Amino acid sequence: MAVKKFMYVNRKAPYGTVYALESLEVVLIGAAFDQDVSLAFIGDGVYELTKGQNTEAIGQKNFSPTYAALGDYDVTKIYVEKESLEERGLTLDDLQHLVWEDEDEDWAEKDSIRLVSRAELADVMAEQEIILSF
Amino acid sequence: MGLLHTVNKSPFESKTFDTCLGYAKDGSTVLLIEDGVYAATTGTSAADKIKNASGVTFAVLGPDLQARGLEGKLADGIKVVDYEGFVNLVAEHDSVQSWL
Repeated sequence: MAVKKFMYVNRKAPYGTVYALESLEVVLIGAAFDQDVSLAFIGDGVYELTKGQNTEAIGQKNFSPTYAALGDYDVTKIYVEKESLEERGLTLDDLQHLVWEDEDEDWAEKDSIRLVSRAELADVMAEQEIILSF
Repeated sequence: MGLLHTVNKSPFESKTFDTCLGYAKDGSTVLLIEDGVYAATTGTSAADKIKNASGVTFAVLGPDLQARGLEGKLADGIKVVDYEGFVNLVAEHDSVQSWL
């Protein structure tokens, strides 16, 4: 099977709507097909990655720990838009520290999150073959 | 007591929060719930608007803030309530306007 460049674009905050969870499920399903996968978090999508989420009191499943498992599924390119973070008063420190292990370098742990400007992300988006938007 | 306004949309995705502010008179309360809680976080233009809206009381639903991992980002001057507190606010006000 030919490898294609897939990008999943995440633009919605978690819990208020089901988009964030549905996107994550599709990413995990897609990961089984050994494609070249990128995730983009822009707008309210950056809220999906905040650390310390605790959904006990709202009676919904906390799916945020699943983002930390993406590296094990070879999903290693997670683009976070700088402008979106800034507008929301957030920095990378407010987000989970997501990593993956590089088997070509003796399983060295590497950061999955790439903080990029809108213009840089637009370039990455333009290189994609298939874009799925949530 | 005046109206209790509830807002459940992110201020970045919808105009609901701004519209609500235009209708929030002195003595009323604005309760931020669900994705509305993002308006209660520091470093956002929504938090600045809350700061400048004197005469209006602002509250946020704690469980929704916790779910989103933003308890530590709460802006000054906003009261945190639990579900019981939500019920009390409804009981204390004359009527409820749920901005959707």
